[in-house]
Amino acid sequence: MEIDIIQKLKEANLTGRGGAAFPTWLKWEAVRNTQDEKKYVICNASEGEPGVYKDSFILDKWPKEVIDGIEIAMKTTGAKEAYIYLRHDYYNKFKNKLKKIIGKNPIHLFKKTGGYIGGEETTLLNSIEGKRNEPRLRPPYPTEKGLFGFPTLINNVETFYWVTKIAKNEYENTRFYSLSGKIKHPGVYELPVDISVKEILKKTNNFPNFPFFLQINGGVSGEIITHQELNRKVAGTGAVIVFDLKKTNLLSLMKKWANFFYRESCGQCVPCREGVYRIREILNSKKINFVLLKAIFLTMKETSFCPFGKIVPIPFESLINKLWIKK
Amino acid sequence: MDKKIKVIIDGKEFFANENQTILEVARENGIRIPFLCFHPDLEIKANCRICVVEIKGEKELQTSCSIKVKNGMEILTNSPRVRRARKFNLELLFSQHKKECSKCFWYLNCRLLNLAKTHNVKITRFVDRKRNRKIYKFGPIIFDGKKCIDCQNCFEVCPVKYLEIKNKGPEIEVFPSPKKNKECIYCGQCIVHCSVGAIQEENDLKRIENFLQRKNKVMVAQFAPSIRTTIGEGFDFSYGKDLTEKITAGLKKIGFNFVFDTAVGADFTTVAEAEELIERLKTGKHLPMFTSCCPAWVNFVEFYQPKLIPHLTTVRSPHIILGGVIKNYFAKKEKINLKNIIVVSIMPCTAKKYEIKRKELKIKGISPVDYVLTTRELIQLFKKHKIDLKNINPEKPDLPLGFPTGAGVIYGSSGGVMESALRTVYQKLTQQPLTKINFEKVRGMDGVKTATININGKEIKVGVVNDLKNIKTILEEIKNNPESFHYLEVMACRGGCVGGGGQPLPVDDKIRKARSSGLYQIDEQREIRLAHENPVVKDFYQFASKEIIRSITQTKYSSKKKTRIKILRKI
Repeated sequence: MEIDIIQKLKEANLTGRGGAAFPTWLKWEAVRNTQDEKKYVICNASEGEPGVYKDSFILDKWPKEVIDGIEIAMKTTGAKEAYIYLRHDYYNKFKNKLKKIIGKNPIHLFKKTGGYIGGEETTLLNSIEGKRNEPRLRPPYPTEKGLFGFPTLINNVETFYWVTKIAKNEYENTRFYSLSGKIKHPGVYELPVDISVKEILKKTNNFPNFPFFLQINGGVSGEIITHQELNRKVAGTGAVIVFDLKKTNLLSLMKKWANFFYRESCGQCVPCREGVYRIREILNSKKINFVLLKAIFLTMKETSFCPFGKIVPIPFESLINKLWIKK
Repeated sequence: MDKKIKVIIDGKEFFANENQTILEVARENGIRIPFLCFHPDLEIKANCRICVVEIKGEKELQTSCSIKVKNGMEILTNSPRVRRARKFNLELLFSQHKKECSKCFWYLNCRLLNLAKTHNVKITRFVDRKRNRKIYKFGPIIFDGKKCIDCQNCFEVCPVKYLEIKNKGPEIEVFPSPKKNKECIYCGQCIVHCSVGAIQEENDLKRIENFLQRKNKVMVAQFAPSIRTTIGEGFDFSYGKDLTEKITAGLKKIGFNFVFDTAVGADFTTVAEAEELIERLKTGKHLPMFTSCCPAWVNFVEFYQPKLIPHLTTVRSPHIILGGVIKNYFAKKEKINLKNIIVVSIMPCTAKKYEIKRKELKIKGISPVDYVLTTRELIQLFKKHKIDLKNINPEKPDLPLGFPTGAGVIYGSSGGVMESALRTVYQKLTQQPLTKINFEKVRGMDGVKTATININGKEIKVGVVNDLKNIKTILEEIKNNPESFHYLEVMACRGGCVGGGGQPLPVDDKIRKARSSGLYQIDEQREIRLAHENPVVKDFYQFASKEIIRSITQTKYSSKKKTRIKILRKI
C-alpha cells in the first residue's frame, strides 16, 4: 500500500496546494527514504493571505478527509507524530471538531504564532519549536532536517484532502479556487486544475459585465492580469479577485499591499526588510519614483532570503506594467 | 584534507572539499567576497545578502556563505549583476546606519565604509530611517540603535542572552533586556562580533589625554599579558608578534612616566591563588575553587549563580593586585603623593572597565586602578598621536614591576592561569623540581578542557572553560558531583583573553591561536617560568606586612542586582 500511494500521487500529478506547487510525491518519497528514528508530518493550515480561504472551507466541510490524508502520510513515511498548524482563529473554530476525529491518534493541534510568514514552511517549523518566526536556510530542506531536526513532511490542508481522494481513486484533477472582489457569488469552488480564469468566472456565474482586471494565484502576492489575459490558468493558492477597472484606485490598492508586506515581513534579510519599508515610503511620497521602485523590486527578487521577499514585487510590477502606465 | 572536487570561480579552476561553502573556498584561494553578517565563530545566517554570487544554472543570486560547492560548479563573484545587487543592498543597509563617520570610534576600521568605497555606494541614497532609535548604555557597553543593521550577530553571541530582539519586519530591534533576571556581564563579545560597529565600549581616551597633559600627575601604565601579542594587528605586524618593548616605548612617548607589566601582577595572583588552593585542598572547603581573573565570569557568578560565590578564589585579578602594589608599595618607595598618581591598565577586556569601580577593591579608600583602556582604544590613542609601533625604538618596561616570569605571560591564553597555578602548586606540595613545565592538556582552543594531575599520590582534577557558552554543562556536572573538579579556570571569552572583548578586529580561531602561541613562545624563552620564583614577588612577600599583603591581594564578592540601563542622547 505504501509504495502504491506514492506511485498514485505521482500518477495523479498532485502538486502542493499551499502555493509553491511542488510535486507532492517527491516530498513524500524523500521523507519515507530517510532512516531517522523520528519523523514528523505537518498539516499546514496557516492560510494567512487575504483573499484565500479554501483551507478553512475544507476544514469546515471535510475535516475527516484531511485527517485521513495525514494518517496515510504518517503510515507511508513512518512518522509517529503529526501536527496540524492552525491559524489562531481556525484553531478556535475547528479544534473541537478536529479533536473528536483525531481521538487518541498522535496528531497535535498547534495554534499559529506568526502572521502571514508563519505559513512559510521553515518559519512554521521555528514557530512550533518556539523560536522566532523567521524562515530557515535551505538546504537542509524540511524533508531532511525539519521539526526538531528530524525529517518532516509538510503539506497544505487541501493537499491532504486530495491525498485521501487519490487513495480512494476519487480524484479527478480538480482544485479549490477562492473567488472574491467585485463579484456576485464570492466563495470557494471546486473546478478542474487546468481551466482558464475566464471559464472559472463563467462557470461560477461571476463574469463581470463591466470593465475589470484581476489578481490571481494569491490574494495579495498574486499577479495582476487584464481582460486580455483571461485564458491564463490559476496557480499558487488558487485565489481569484475581481476589481472594477474604473472604480478601483490603483494607488490605494498598492498602498494596501505595501502595508500588508510591511506588517508581515519577518525582518531577517536586508532586501526584504528594507525593501518593504522603502516601497511603502515611495508609494506614500508626493511623486512616485518608479525607477527606484524597479531597482528595489529587482534586488528583492534576486537576493531575498525566502520566497516571501521574492514574491513581494509580483503584484506591484504587474500592476504598474499593465495598468498604471496605460492610465 | 583531501581535495576532491573542482569548481570554477571567476573563470579559474580550484580544488575544494565537498563540505566547504563557496565563501570558504574563495577565502582559501585569496578571492575576496565581501560579507557583513558572516562570522567564522557563528552560525551561518545569510541575512545581509552582501556575499551573493552568481552560480551558472541558478536563476537567482545565491549567498556564498551558505551554499556548498558542487563538482563542476561555475561561480561568478564579481559580475556586473552581482555588483549591482551588492551595491543596492549596501545602499539599503546604509539607510539604517547613522552616518556620523567623523565622530565614530570605528572610523579607521569601518567595514561598511570600505565596502561603500569599493562598490561605488551612494551612502545617502535613502533617508536614514533609524535616526530616532535609542542609544543604550549598560555598564561600559554602549549599544547604538541608530547604527544597528539587524544582522543579529550580537544576539547570537551573547552568552547570557542579555540582548533580545523585538518586533519584526522593518521595526525589528535589538535591545538590552529589561528583565529583572537578565544582566549584562560586560564581556564585550557583542562588540567583537558586531558587523558594523554599532556597539562599543565606553571610551576613556579624552580623560587620559587630559591627565597626560598635566605636569603634576605621575602617569603609570600597565598592560595585560595578552596585549603584547595582539596590538601589532593595529600596525600591520603579523599575528602573534611579541611587542612588549614597542608598547612600552609607545606609552612612554605619549607621556606615561612609568610602564609596568601586568604579567608581574599575574605572578602575584598565581602565588596567592596557589596558596589558597593548597589550603582548600587541605580542608576540602568550597571545592572546586574557581579562578576570578576574568571579571565577566565573576559578574556571571555574582548575578546568575550567587550560590557559587564561595567557590571563587578570594585573590584579586592581576592588574588590580599590580595597581595595589604600585600605589601602596612602589609609590611609597618613590615618595609619590597618592593624590597625583594615575594608574591606567591596558586590557584586552571591556569588563575590566567595570571591575576597577568595585568598592570592595579600594585600599584605604583608594582604588588600585583609575582607568582601563582596551587594546583597541590604545591603538586609537597611538594612531591619533602619530605613534607607529613599526617605527619606534623598543624600550624595556620599568623596574621593579616590569619583568614577569613565563607563567605570568601565559595568563593571556585560555588555560594559562591554570597552568601557572599548577606549576606553583606542584612545586610547593612536592618540593620537587618540575621535570615537565608545560601542561599541554590545559592549552588550546577547545571550549572545555579537563586534566588530572597526580600530586603526592593525590589526583587533582582540573577543568578549563573558555567562552561562557560552555559553562552550562560544567556547572551541571559540578552540581551533580561536587567532587568532579578541584580547580576550575573560566574565561568568558573564546580562547581566553587573547580573544577578549577589547581586542583588535577582526578575530577568528586562527587569529586567536596565533596570538596565544605568541605568548607560549615568550614563556618558553624565559629563564624564570615559575611565578613564585619572580624576585619581585619574593621580595614583596618577604618585606611587606601580612596586613598589606592581604589588602593588596584579597577581595570578596556579593550577589548582584540588575543595574539600570541608561539611555544616552549621544555618544
